[in-house]
Amino acid sequence: MTAHTAWTDGPAQDHNPLHQNQTEPVDQATAARQRWMSVLARTPRATLESEWTTRYGDQNWSLLREPQIGMVMVRGRAGGAGQRFNLGEMTVTRCAVTLSDGTVGHAYVKGRDRLQAQYAALFDAVMLRDGSAGDFIDDLASAQADAKRDHARKVAATKVDFFTLVRGEDE
Amino acid sequence: MYVAVKGGERAINNAHRLLAEQRRGDKKVAEIQTDQIEQQLSLSVTRVMAEGSLYDRDLAALAIKQARGDLIEAIFLMRAYRTTLPRFAFSKPIKTADMDISRRISATFKDLPGGQILGPTFDYTHRLLDFTLMANGEEPLDAPCGEHPVDDHMPRVLDDILNDEGLIQDEPVPVDDTAPVADLTREPVKFPAGRDLRLQNLSRGDEGFVLALGYSTQRGYANSHAFVGEIRYGSVSVEIEPEELGFAIDIGDIELTECETVNKFKGSKTKLPQFTRGYGLVFGQNERKAISMALVDRAMRADEMGEQIMGPAQDSEFVMEHSDNVQSTGFVEHIKLPHYVDFQGELELVRRMRTEVEERLAKLDTETARPQPEAAE
Repeated sequence: MTAHTAWTDGPAQDHNPLHQNQTEPVDQATAARQRWMSVLARTPRATLESEWTTRYGDQNWSLLREPQIGMVMVRGRAGGAGQRFNLGEMTVTRCAVTLSDGTVGHAYVKGRDRLQAQYAALFDAVMLRDGSAGDFIDDLASAQADAKRDHARKVAATKVDFFTLVRGEDE
Repeated sequence: MYVAVKGGERAINNAHRLLAEQRRGDKKVAEIQTDQIEQQLSLSVTRVMAEGSLYDRDLAALAIKQARGDLIEAIFLMRAYRTTLPRFAFSKPIKTADMDISRRISATFKDLPGGQILGPTFDYTHRLLDFTLMANGEEPLDAPCGEHPVDDHMPRVLDDILNDEGLIQDEPVPVDDTAPVADLTREPVKFPAGRDLRLQNLSRGDEGFVLALGYSTQRGYANSHAFVGEIRYGSVSVEIEPEELGFAIDIGDIELTECETVNKFKGSKTKLPQFTRGYGLVFGQNERKAISMALVDRAMRADEMGEQIMGPAQDSEFVMEHSDNVQSTGFVEHIKLPHYVDFQGELELVRRMRTEVEERLAKLDTETARPQPEAAE
């Protein structure tokens, strides 16, 4: 794993142009990690906790950085595509853990659930170490996709076709 | 000037206990839980998040409970809480084009690719009180499913449809897209304010205030005749790029409402006439606010468009200095707090002025009452 850089508690600065552009192309390993981190960020704490206890309950690990609650300033673009602006903040919890072999896992998850962030970081570490939670991640991903599709079908049932009527006096 | 007062601790404590008792209400009625507020008063939650400028449904629900449903008080509580948290990062600009749509309509194009999706809306309801909600509660309803899900990608009406013909102005993307973005939570607001600052201000601005100003633009106090090009509501993922990782990660979804208006056209000697646009974007589901914001955003672009200022909605300084309800309520309501010393001063002044006037009148009276030999002749 890459060396851990210091976290700061001060206001985040964004002078690095790399942090502001659209997603740059990433290598395959990074893309895979992005996928599981995104799945874990959307998984409730209870699900992560019970899976961890069942499969990895006997593992040794330590907190590299305690779970910490903070905020991310969400940005939008004027007109959806133009000038950037600060829309408002959202709560986020982050955490970093180290497994006994030194693998470091990270998590940033929406909301204020410290344990969710901790377990997400643990699964991130396990995935980096040996990918052994791949089936769990796949199951979560497919459940999330199902929920999304069910919602999209309910929404689709509200699709309408407006039609305009020709008024009689024009005939 | 406000001079502090001391004392009254016991009365204040007791007043707060009375407040707590009244918040709870009749103890024979079940206490409301924050998860019930979060789920069943979700549009209040949305408003508190948007104007509290902090997206966190649970906290907003708690704030609403604590504030006895006073949404501005709840917004105040959210604002106060957010000052206690460190800011980890700025997100990458969210991509509303990739939104998971819950609702998407256009008032300008009937047959648009992807369709008109009504979603969960009060539109077309009859606005008749539904007494079953009061009498026996409602059976949990399951909304019907369509055969196919809505399209993954919904073209944006303004950019993907109207702009094909060059009929609408482009959103000006700054040449330097890495330029700093103004942030009114960290730096004092200066005028003239850039559009970034104006949009941030409007998005967290008071819904009633922005609504009234938006309405004023329609009534002629800023002639920018608007159509709703598109409204979309749904969820988008938020991405950040933490320093320690060096690549972007997705941290979860938030719900947003976006509105783009198509406004009065404009042309010049060098440019063919084309429509102009206004933009609204708010946390959660809130079309009233998103539409109003787009109207006021467009009105505040008067300078950029070379338009004559004819209404308050076009005056950025007026709008931005009065849109924040925490600020407004703070100043308006502070005059109910003890101002004994100030008032004592005013009282002295008025008494002195009255005495002076009375003395002058009395003097005048004695002068007129004195015999005037000249006049008698």
